[in-house]
Amino acid sequence: MPELRTEEMVINMGPQHPSTHGVLRVELVLDGEIVVDAIPHIGYLHRCFEKHSESMNDYQQVIPYVDRMDYVAAISNELGFAIAMERMLGIEVSERVECIRVIFAELQRIASHLVAIGTYGLDIGAFTPFLHCFRDRERILDIFESTCGARLLYNYIWVGGLSHDVPTDFKDKVRDFVQYFPPKIKEYNDLLTYNKIFIDRTADVGVLPADVALNYASSGPILRGSGVNWDLRRDDPYSIYDQFEFDVVVGKGEMGTVGDCWDRYIVRVREMEQSIRIIAQAVERMPDEGDVKAAVPKRIRPPEGEIYARTETPRGELGYYIISDGSMSPYRVKARSPCFVNLSVLPAISRGSMVSDVVAIVGSIDIVLGEIDR
Amino acid sequence: MKRYFKDIWDSFYTIGIGMGVTFRHLFTKSVTIQYPDVKLELTDRARNRLYVNMDDCIGCDQCSKACPVNCITIETVKAVPPDDLGVTSTGNPKRLWVTKFDIDIAKCCYCALCVYPCPTECIKMTDVYEFSEFDRHNLLYNFSTMTPAEVENAAMKFEKWQADKAAAKKETTDKKKAAGEKPQPKKQETGDSNKNNPPDENKSES
Amino acid sequence: MVETLEQFLPHPLLALFIHAALPMVIVFPYVLFAVWLERKVSAHMQDRLGPMRTGGWHGWSQTIADMIKMIQKEDIVPSRSDKFLFKFAPFLAFMGSYAAFAVIPFSSEYIGAHLDVGAFYILAVTSIVTLSILMAGWASNNKWSLLGAMRTSAQIVSYEIPTVVAVLSVIVATGTLNLMTISEMQSGTIFNWLIFHSPFLFIAFVLYFISSLAEVNRTPFDLPESESELVGGFHTEYSGMRWGMFMLTEYADMFLVSLLGSVLFFGGWNSPFGDFMSGPIWGVFWMISKGMFFIFVMMWLRWTLPRLRVDQLMDVCWKYLIPFAFVNLVLVALWEMIF
Repeated sequence: MPELRTEEMVINMGPQHPSTHGVLRVELVLDGEIVVDAIPHIGYLHRCFEKHSESMNDYQQVIPYVDRMDYVAAISNELGFAIAMERMLGIEVSERVECIRVIFAELQRIASHLVAIGTYGLDIGAFTPFLHCFRDRERILDIFESTCGARLLYNYIWVGGLSHDVPTDFKDKVRDFVQYFPPKIKEYNDLLTYNKIFIDRTADVGVLPADVALNYASSGPILRGSGVNWDLRRDDPYSIYDQFEFDVVVGKGEMGTVGDCWDRYIVRVREMEQSIRIIAQAVERMPDEGDVKAAVPKRIRPPEGEIYARTETPRGELGYYIISDGSMSPYRVKARSPCFVNLSVLPAISRGSMVSDVVAIVGSIDIVLGEIDR
Repeated sequence: MKRYFKDIWDSFYTIGIGMGVTFRHLFTKSVTIQYPDVKLELTDRARNRLYVNMDDCIGCDQCSKACPVNCITIETVKAVPPDDLGVTSTGNPKRLWVTKFDIDIAKCCYCALCVYPCPTECIKMTDVYEFSEFDRHNLLYNFSTMTPAEVENAAMKFEKWQADKAAAKKETTDKKKAAGEKPQPKKQETGDSNKNNPPDENKSES
Repeated sequence: MVETLEQFLPHPLLALFIHAALPMVIVFPYVLFAVWLERKVSAHMQDRLGPMRTGGWHGWSQTIADMIKMIQKEDIVPSRSDKFLFKFAPFLAFMGSYAAFAVIPFSSEYIGAHLDVGAFYILAVTSIVTLSILMAGWASNNKWSLLGAMRTSAQIVSYEIPTVVAVLSVIVATGTLNLMTISEMQSGTIFNWLIFHSPFLFIAFVLYFISSLAEVNRTPFDLPESESELVGGFHTEYSGMRWGMFMLTEYADMFLVSLLGSVLFFGGWNSPFGDFMSGPIWGVFWMISKGMFFIFVMMWLRWTLPRLRVDQLMDVCWKYLIPFAFVNLVLVALWEMIF
C-alpha cells in the first residue's frame, strides 16, 4: 500500500524512567517498535565535582566529593584518588593498609556488581533476583559499616592510609562472607542467568564487536564482554594487585554472539567469583598489627606538577588527572569516568533493535549517572 | 527441528528450576525487620548526626575549616581578663566565647572530616539517625549555649577592653614619640571568627 | 435460582438484579484478598515480609485501606486526552470481565445464566477487555501508553487462537459447550476430572494455562504493562479509582481464567473426594480453592520469571503454541474416536 503514510515517532525515555538507572534521557527515534536512532542526553545530575574540587581548602576534602561520583562503588573512587595523590606525594603505604584496601575494593566490586545484575534482572522483568542481590549486598555494607560507620559514602580510604583501623572481628566477618557468598551466585544463576527467557532477551542483543568497543575506548566489563582481555588490575597493576592470583573474565559468546548483553552480564557474575578469590587471599595475607594512619601526611601539599592515575573500578577504567600548583588545594581535578565513555557506545549498538532491547542494552552497560554527570 | 524441541525442553526445565528456587524462598526466614518496632543496633563507629559538647569547645574553628560543604559556622569573641572560662576536660584552656556554633545538618554530608582535627574531641558523630523535620530551618542546629544578651555583653566587654588597651598603647606610644603608626589594626574587627583564633591553631596541629 | 429469589422479592427485576450481583459478592472480596496475597507471596519469595501493619495480623486489611485511599484520590484526566474514551475505558474493561462470570458455574445450584454456549460466550465476551485497553491507550494521548495498547491488541488477538483451540479440545472430548454440563460430567472421584481423561487433554491444559497467562497480561507475558519499559503501558495516565478499575479487571480476569480452567479440566465444583465434602456450598468452596490454586501458580510464575520481548511473544504463540494446539486437537479427537 504505497498510499499508507507512516512516520517515525520520537519518544523520550527518561529522565524519569525506571530503566534508565537514574536520570539519563535517551531520545529514541522509533519506527513502530524498531529503534532507528537512540541519542543519550546527560547532565541531569551535574554537580560540578571538578569545579568544587578546585575550591577545597585541602586535598582531603575532595574525597567526600569523589565518593559521590559513582555512589554505588564509592570505595573504588576513593582508592583511585588516593593512589593518584600518593604517587604525586611519593607516599608508600604499609602492607596492612594495602591489604585492607584490596579487600575493601573487591568487596565493593561485589556489592556494585550485585546492584548491576540485580537491576539488570529488574530491567528484563524479573523482580526477585533484585531483592536477593540486595540482601547479599547488605552483608557487605554491614562489614563496611562496622569498619568506618557509613554504609554508602565512606570517606574511608585517605591519602596515605585509612580513616579507621578495622575492627577486631573483621577477618572473621570477611571469611564468613567468603564462605557464604559462592552458593548465592549459584542461586542467581539458577534463577536468572540460565533462565531461557532471560537468555532469549539478552543473547544476540546489543552486540558490541571488539573493534568497536576499542574504538569507543570502553573499558571494564563492557570491553571484557566483547572478548578483549584487558584488566588494569593485571595489566597496569596498582596497589598490590600484582601479588594476587585471579583470572580475567572475558565474554565467550556462550549463548549467542561475543559481545552481546548476556556476555556483559556473565562477565560481572564471574568477576564476583574472582573477587571472592582475591579477598580470600588478601585476608590470609593481611598482617594483624600496624597503624593504618602511619603514612597519612599532616598537610597535603604536593609539589607543582600533574599526575594521571587509573584504576579498575567495577565499571571500568577510572582515571584521575590532577594538576597541582604547589598550594594546599588542587588546581584541577579531572576524572575520566568509565560510565561516560561506556555510555557513548549506546547509539552504535542500539540501532535496529527494539524498545525492550534498548532497556536491556542500557542495563547491560551498567551506568551510574552520578559518575557520568559528576 | 532438534533445536525446536530443545528450546521447548530448555524453557520448561529452566523455568522449573527457577520456580524451585522461589518456592524454597517462600519458606525461608525473612531478612527484613519491622523497622520502627525493631531497630538494628548500630556500631559504635556509626556516623550519623553531629553533636558538639559545648563545654569542651574552645572555638578554634578547625572543624569549620575541615568541612568540605561549609555546614559549620562558628563565631567567637575573645574573653577578656576578668572572665576566666576555665579549661576543657582535655586540659586545653578556653580563651574564646563561642557566641555562635551553628551546624546546618541539612547540608552535612556525614564525612566525619570535622571530627578528626578537633583538639578537644568535642565534636563527634552520634548514632542518632531519626531527626527528620517538616521544616528545613529546624535542621539548623544552634549549639552555642550563650543567650543573645550574654553575647552582647561579651562583645561589649571585649570592645571596651580593646578600647582601653588601644588607649593605653596610644598613651605609651604618644609618650615615646609621635609617629602615626597604629599598633594593631587587625584587632579592630571584633567578632570575626576567622581572625580571632590564632592562639589555638598551632595546638591542634600537633 | 432466579425463581427462588422471585418468590421472596416484590419485583422480578429486583430478583434479577440480585441474581446478577451475586458473583460480585465473590469477585470483590477475592480481588482484595488476591492483591494482598500477591504482596505476601512476592514478599516471602524475596525474603521480605510484605505488609505487616494494617489491621493487625500480617497486614490483612492493607488492600482495604488502599481501596479507600484510591476512592478518595483526585480523578485526574489529562487535558489533551480524549475525555470520553478516557473515562469510559476502565468501566468497559470491568464490564467485559464481569460479564463473563455470568456463565461460570460456581456450584451445582448457582450459575448466572444457564447458557448452552457458555464456553463460547466466555471467549467472546472477554475480548471486550482488549477493546478497552486499546481505548485507554489511545485516549491517554501518551506515546508510551499507545505502544502498550498496540502490544496488547497484537498479543490478545494472537493468544486467543491457542486458548480457543485448547478449549475446543475439551469440547471435543465432552461434546458440549455448556459449562454446567461439563462440570456435571466430571462428578465422582478425582479420576473423573477431564485432566485425567487422556494425556492429550493434559497437554491441552498446559497450552490453555500458558495462553491464558498471556490473555490476562501476566508475567512472562505482561508486555502491555511492562513497568520497566513502558512504565505501566496503557494505564500510565490513570490514577485513583479509574486505575483501580483496571487493577480490579486484571485480578478479576485472572480469577476468570483460573475458574474456567478448573471447570474445563479440574472438575469445577466437584469435590476431589467423591461424595465426601460435596454439595452446593462445598461446591463454591472447591471452585474458589481451585481458582486460588491457579492464581497462586500465576503469582509464583510472575515473581520468578523475566519478561519476553514483543517479537518473542509472537514467536511463542505462532511457532509453538498454535501448532501444538492444533496437533493436540487432532490427537484428542482421535483418542475420542478410538476409546
